[in-house]
Amino acid sequence: MNQPDKAFSTEVTDLTADARKRYTAGVLKYRQMGYWQPDYQPVETDTICLFRITPQEGVDPVEAAAAVAGESSTATWTVVWTDRLTACDSYRAKAYRVKEVPGTPGQYFAWVAYDIILFEEGSIANITASLIGNVFGFKPLKAIRLEDIRVPVALVKTFKGPPTGLVVERERLDKFGRPLLGATTKPKLGLSARNYGRVIYEGLKGGLDFMKDDENINSQPFMHWRDRFLYVMDAVNKASAVTGEVKGSFLNVTGATMEDIYERAEFAQELGSVVIMLDLVIGWPAIQSMANWARKHDMIVHMHRAGHSTYTRQKNHGVSFRVIAKWLRLAGVDHLHTGTAVGKLEGDPMTVQGYYNVCRDSYTQQDLPRGLFFDQDWADLKKVMPVASGGIHAGQMHQLIDLFGDDVILQFGGGTIGHPAGIQAGAVANRVALETIIKARNEGCDIKNEGPEILQKAAQSCTPLKQALETWKDVTFNYASTDTSDFATTPSVA
Amino acid sequence: MMTNPTGKITQGQFSFLPELTDAEIRLQVDYGLGKGYAWSIEYTDDPHPRNTYWEMFGMPMFDLQDAAGVLMELASCRKTFPHHYIRLMAFDSTRGVESIAMSFIVNRPENEPGFGLLRQEVRGRSMHYSVHGYASDQPEGNRY
Repeated sequence: MNQPDKAFSTEVTDLTADARKRYTAGVLKYRQMGYWQPDYQPVETDTICLFRITPQEGVDPVEAAAAVAGESSTATWTVVWTDRLTACDSYRAKAYRVKEVPGTPGQYFAWVAYDIILFEEGSIANITASLIGNVFGFKPLKAIRLEDIRVPVALVKTFKGPPTGLVVERERLDKFGRPLLGATTKPKLGLSARNYGRVIYEGLKGGLDFMKDDENINSQPFMHWRDRFLYVMDAVNKASAVTGEVKGSFLNVTGATMEDIYERAEFAQELGSVVIMLDLVIGWPAIQSMANWARKHDMIVHMHRAGHSTYTRQKNHGVSFRVIAKWLRLAGVDHLHTGTAVGKLEGDPMTVQGYYNVCRDSYTQQDLPRGLFFDQDWADLKKVMPVASGGIHAGQMHQLIDLFGDDVILQFGGGTIGHPAGIQAGAVANRVALETIIKARNEGCDIKNEGPEILQKAAQSCTPLKQALETWKDVTFNYASTDTSDFATTPSVA
Repeated sequence: MMTNPTGKITQGQFSFLPELTDAEIRLQVDYGLGKGYAWSIEYTDDPHPRNTYWEMFGMPMFDLQDAAGVLMELASCRKTFPHHYIRLMAFDSTRGVESIAMSFIVNRPENEPGFGLLRQEVRGRSMHYSVHGYASDQPEGNRY
């Protein structure tokens, strides 16, 4: 994998050595213009992208790769003499390797290196405008997907990263050695603010660390945002008093404009909330602005990845979520929904573990079965707390902890609020299941295999857990994932 | 008696389980030692959720390899402060962590009166909240 592959690169002459030929007016192949350099050795300060490309019938894969490099950096469709006014060699991205995707005819992996001068410091908007800008609509390609990215340390250091980070978050919350527990308030829409606060109070008093607004709850006719914040914070503070624990609720401050978002965040802070929430759909500059705001106000930022599946899910076109996760860590969020593997939403277990690594590693190692194509040195950038949310329940606690370890927020929405004996009972079931599995794991038990028995045993002295295990005993979402690794078979989690 | 489902303060890793026996505590300590953590014992009679700094019962036991040593220290702490909250904390010095990796309560007062919520009505319908321990009005050492 580490040697440049020249198998596709023999035919067309690179004309960059002969300036007169290279800059004669007209149309050249991208590979003749210097965007294909099979001998190029990326340097430490290069950004490296791995694209999955599907060329149209008859389009040479190397020419397609060169075109991707060209269209995502300096090229246009024809030769321009104004190139010669610039140090154009350094501005050209360089495709330097093309490989067939294993077992997938017609698709190719293309490695492209970008010089550090191409990107504005500390701006995800600028990086994305280049790397996933015009190039994704380029006609000679049927489809293109950005699979992974290696961000050089020099560029990483221009980002401030998570405003709080998972280590400091734990210190602030005084919660260590176990995953954090949460629940999303349900129903997503329609509750009055007062009724909504009731759900928050019951969940937190029952033993959850966090409750959460859903992605599409902003400020609707049935519940104005100020009313929600007021009732929720009453519930949070009361729950903190009756348990003696720090509690929180992710107040979704997403709004129509930046002014609305700032106004909502400021009110959340005034009321003493430890955390605010943003939806991914607000966009990169808004996320980075709110990261700055959060740093200034000692606030944790919860990021709900609303909308990501529109471009992350299909394997042949779009942007892999591992890339989105890297960009979000740089941009600055503290929590990020990264999948459950066992729940109701898309996610092959190893691919999902790859996303968790990207959030939590100090240094991410290349790991092809987990979809990680590059080593990534995070240069001590703070770590993001991953969130597993969507269609999970107490009976899966051993699987979740086995897959994801301690540094994760496990969110049981339906799995708390849908408990037959009520929300508090649902919360108790989840907290008891969590503590039981952590204790057993630390004692040396094989939780992956003995988990169900360990939970059953704990349920003998905990009626809410017993009811939860009984209610959801047959619930699994064991569908094939669409986004899987090309380098390993997918283990089943059934 | 507190009204939450456990009837007690729910801080730490294992507050929803039956109180850990010394044998069970030892297994947790062994787990932490296996990970290279340093154990520390802290106690307080002011368990306010944002009281970060409980009193240290000696320094973290950086060079200790045997869980028996931690349990001996714990026994000594319990003897000195039988009605205080006591917690075990494990410190991880790994670069990029450098924080607490485990924390759980191993001693509690028999009666846990808990906390009241003080509400101060301010501008509009806003409220300023304050969590106040019922026992904390008593002087140190006389609270439980």
